Amino acid sequence: MSAGNILVWIVWFAAAAGCIGSALAVVAFRNALFAALALIGNLISLAVFYLLLSAEFVAAAQVLIYAGAVMVMFLFVIAYVGWDKDIAWTGGPSWQTLGGVVAAMALLTELVVVIALGATNELRHSNHVSADFGSPASIGRLFMSNHLLAFEVISIVLLVAAIGGVILGAQRRRRRSAGVTR
Amino acid sequence: MLGPGIAWYLAAGSAVFTIGMAGVMLRRNPLIMLLSLELMLNGANLVLIAFARQHGSLDGQVFALAVMAVAAAEVVVGLGLVVAMARRKIEIDADLLSRLRK
Repeated sequence: MSAGNILVWIVWFAAAAGCIGSALAVVAFRNALFAALALIGNLISLAVFYLLLSAEFVAAAQVLIYAGAVMVMFLFVIAYVGWDKDIAWTGGPSWQTLGGVVAAMALLTELVVVIALGATNELRHSNHVSADFGSPASIGRLFMSNHLLAFEVISIVLLVAAIGGVILGAQRRRRRSAGVTR
Repeated sequence: MLGPGIAWYLAAGSAVFTIGMAGVMLRRNPLIMLLSLELMLNGANLVLIAFARQHGSLDGQVFALAVMAVAAAEVVVGLGLVVAMARRKIEIDADLLSRLRK
């Protein structure tokens, strides 16, 4: 093992510990504010994974858009709704809690077994990639050529979501006084 | 490729996905259910990017960016619903959501 290899392993385990620990914290925290802050930690450790997988542009977008913009919106709504009157774990373990945990553990076991089976043959060898793999230029070129339809559909989805957010969040006025509905 | 193989990244992605799934099933606060939904999407994103690296093709990364855009849209609509619930003085609890019908 070379020194660089060991360093990547150390970074991987640090990112994995941060990733899974903060994911558990998101689910376990009573306080929605702390859960949102834990999700920011989770997103940043996932960005470390993306960097190790030579996905530089996706890592940058993850930190800027996700951990930055989307989570700030989350924190604003949590501050608006209030985080202190939270109903978290309700009493002892109900059948719902038990069923959820058992289903999640079963799915995780299945996934890990399938991955371990694949790891002995197909997944062992990965292709070599060039230096510009995952760079903004190459991703932008792909978006504008092969995936142009997906790009346009995403823009429509975002527009519709923005309109929907405005309609859902808008203050309703009195129907009579405004003359028109809404 | 230095460090751990693709299988390790896939295992981490599946762990994040299942933790998020457990959160959606266990928690009753819609805000935390949305946060857990983000965990599920991010676990899937990690798997997509790991396979993009495995096959040396950028299509997986493009798809991960599309998933991020869809997640942002979903957050907008979900938080809009939560704000609407708070404005109508409905308790922020997924089990009491039937009152949103009227």
